[in-house]
Amino acid sequence: MAGTAVLGRLTWKAAKVVDVVVETRHVKTITFDVPDWPGHRAGQHVDIRLTAEDGYQAERSYSIASAPDGSRLGLIVVRIDDGEVSPYLTDELRPGDQIELRGPIGGYFVWEPAQGGPLLLVAGGSGIAPLMAMIRLRAAAKSDAQTRLLFSARSWDDIIYREELDRLNGGGLRVVNVLTDRQPPGWTGYARRVDAEMLAEVGPSPSERPRVYVCGPTPFVEAVAEALVRLGHDPRAIKTERFGPTGG
Amino acid sequence: MDAGMLDGNAVAGLLQEVFAVEVTTATGTCAACGAAGAMGATHVYRGAGFVMRCPHCDNPLVKIVRGDDRLWIDLSGMRTLEVAV
Amino acid sequence: MSFISRGFRGRRVADAPRDRVPPGQYVTRDYPVLSAGPTPHTPIEKWDFSIMGEVDEPHRWTWEEFRALPSEEVTRDIHCVTKWSKLDTVWQGVSIDTLLDGVETSAEYVVQYSDGGYTTNLPLADITGGKAWVVFEYEGEPLHPEHGGPARMLVPHLYFWKSAKWVRGLRLQAFDEPGFWETNGYNNYGDPWREQRYWGD
Repeated sequence: MAGTAVLGRLTWKAAKVVDVVVETRHVKTITFDVPDWPGHRAGQHVDIRLTAEDGYQAERSYSIASAPDGSRLGLIVVRIDDGEVSPYLTDELRPGDQIELRGPIGGYFVWEPAQGGPLLLVAGGSGIAPLMAMIRLRAAAKSDAQTRLLFSARSWDDIIYREELDRLNGGGLRVVNVLTDRQPPGWTGYARRVDAEMLAEVGPSPSERPRVYVCGPTPFVEAVAEALVRLGHDPRAIKTERFGPTGG
Repeated sequence: MDAGMLDGNAVAGLLQEVFAVEVTTATGTCAACGAAGAMGATHVYRGAGFVMRCPHCDNPLVKIVRGDDRLWIDLSGMRTLEVAV
Repeated sequence: MSFISRGFRGRRVADAPRDRVPPGQYVTRDYPVLSAGPTPHTPIEKWDFSIMGEVDEPHRWTWEEFRALPSEEVTRDIHCVTKWSKLDTVWQGVSIDTLLDGVETSAEYVVQYSDGGYTTNLPLADITGGKAWVVFEYEGEPLHPEHGGPARMLVPHLYFWKSAKWVRGLRLQAFDEPGFWETNGYNNYGDPWREQRYWGD
């Protein structure tokens, strides 16, 4: 229910891995099943905690990429070569394994079909995660909210969920891919970092009063949010989810 | 701009360990400059503990230190917090 | 209670000499950037370092004056209260004894204060006698702003929050004044060897 803010204290739960899917060279979707999962809203995240045998613990936050689906939720994990947590999640975890998880968390960076559009979603790399939850929920709810996704990736092969986004394209959803490092032969799309000019072309315009959600590495989010404000978008209509320096 | 800076969302889980209400959608008023805004829009820094800073004047609104079985929260940088119940 | 994550090790150094690792700490080869606030960018021509408070007269050094003071290479282990330790870190800095040379004071406490408003407090005795420096180089390079540059405190015998980044001066006081973290849960003294992380430890 939108607006219900009383939640109860958050506790760690045991989440079981049910599926691991390779999305791109460095990225996997890991699907968990959590007993007594209360369901989640599109845009929310979870905290996960890993404990080594000597008691050493590491905690990380991951946005939920899946639309609400009973007791299941899917996370995108980008494997960072010398990372502490991501290589464990992408290399070690197998279906049946358990990790500690708490959530769902966050009421600020969420979208519900009842809120409608127009929507402008801007994703940098793995920042697509919470926005994908919104896009999938929009499809499941058969929402006709006018939605534009501007999705920046390094190359064609790095576009996470590329085929699914291609299928969902249309019916009020427009997906615009930006390839910053390498482009396939014949590419006529954007081939530079997201900037004000690109945002103005992709729209919607400030006068349409879109809800804007920006997610990705902190420097990406900063640059995009700043450009949107300069274009005239209401800062209060822009919601940001910064993933920190690496965005992983 | 700091590459490591995060949004108020980043400490939502930590705060929800303590409060029974969704803090990121609550509106905080800065005790230093008087600006009011969603706690989710604060600038979060991670030092020895977490600091949620006013996005307008950088005043620390909230400081959080998490021990093994205790958590300390300093709200003195906020004049008031408005929460939907 | 947490359960063990099968096969998870993390990235810490497994074979560090045990007598150099305080209780509850893990050794890393990284240098995590932890900050209570945005990185300040004070232009070097505006930077100064002061010693004031309970002193005969305030003392102040511009960057040129500070860099003209005798400095030394210091190699120490550092311990962060967030549980990571880094061994054999190498710095170049000016000893606090050099800065306090000739300063008359009856103060027993000191507050380090920094650009951006951070403070941390110590007994004066914990920064004298070769225990503390204002450092401006790390591993032979000028101290990077995200690690506290142009200059930060180095007080390695205490948890590293007691070494203020972006330090601009020391205020000597007759009374103790808990700083940014000491007022909200972190231990007033912070000895890693007695694991004094939090209030009441």
